[in-house]
Amino acid sequence: MTVRQLSESLALEVLSLPEPEREVCGAYAGDLLSWVMGRANADNVWVTVMTNANTVAVATLTDVSMVIVTDGSEMPPETLALAKEKGVNLARTKASSYEICVRLGGLLS
Amino acid sequence: MSEPLVFTFEVDGENFTSAGNASVAVKKKLRWLGFPPEIIRRVSVAMYEGEINMVIHAGGGVATVTVLQDRIDIVLEDHGPGIANVELAMKEGFSTATDHIRDLGFGAGMGLPNMKKNTDSMEIQTELGKGTTIKMIINL
Ligand SMILES: Nc1ncnc2c1ncn2[C@@H]1O[C@H](COP(=O)(O)OP(=O)(O)OP(=O)(O)O)[C@@H](O)[C@H]1O
Ligand SMILES: [Mg+2]
Repeated sequence: MTVRQLSESLALEVLSLPEPEREVCGAYAGDLLSWVMGRANADNVWVTVMTNANTVAVATLTDVSMVIVTDGSEMPPETLALAKEKGVNLARTKASSYEICVRLGGLLS
Repeated sequence: MSEPLVFTFEVDGENFTSAGNASVAVKKKLRWLGFPPEIIRRVSVAMYEGEINMVIHAGGGVATVTVLQDRIDIVLEDHGPGIANVELAMKEGFSTATDHIRDLGFGAGMGLPNMKKNTDSMEIQTELGKGTTIKMIINL
């Protein structure tokens, strides 16, 4: 499944989608950046409530296919600008991390 | 590649937004040089955690990455407060991060363990009040 298809299936609010055709493989949910750094795999979807600029560096370095920001977490303009600059796929939802993971489980299995 | 390639970065201790830039730059270079994804991943994780630690715990520092024939060396040098108890600092979950730093998603106490896990060798030299130098090696 591509990032674009996933965004449509989950009715996400797309914020930055420079690589819409990127394939998604699995997911990782977490808000503590060192855990994500150590555990998220390349091509995973990363589900988090964190939105500060550091999340973009973590997404870039772990090579996740997209970041889904949950619980309608506020998105600072600087983070969004950085995501666009670095080519990071970024979308948002009002649903919780739990709800998104449940639905990801169905879509990605 | 006979001559080692050396990349040096000044890591700004004042700027949280740019934290991680040196690691992102190194990742790009290693990709361009054609290293396998697994090696790039290990270098990225180890260097990012070290870079962030210099920003949040030591007021910045200098990162040097050397690409040799058979290994990649990462050296992180700062003139921050030093680490009082290295053995304790290496434990998963140990952190002295302030609430403000924790709000940014740091402070899980997983950075040094991640560095250890992703490298073939890691040495910490530290002196209270003087600073910290961390040398990591990833064999190719
Ligand atoms: N360069 C450094 N200078 C001074 N103290 C350091 C340095 N690096 C690490 N430390 C100390 O070691 C502790 C553990 O570091 P570690 O990276 O494992 O966790 P953290 O940075 O607190 O949290 P996390 O990395 O999970 O965001 C830090 O809280 C800090 O007290
Ligand atoms: Mg750390």
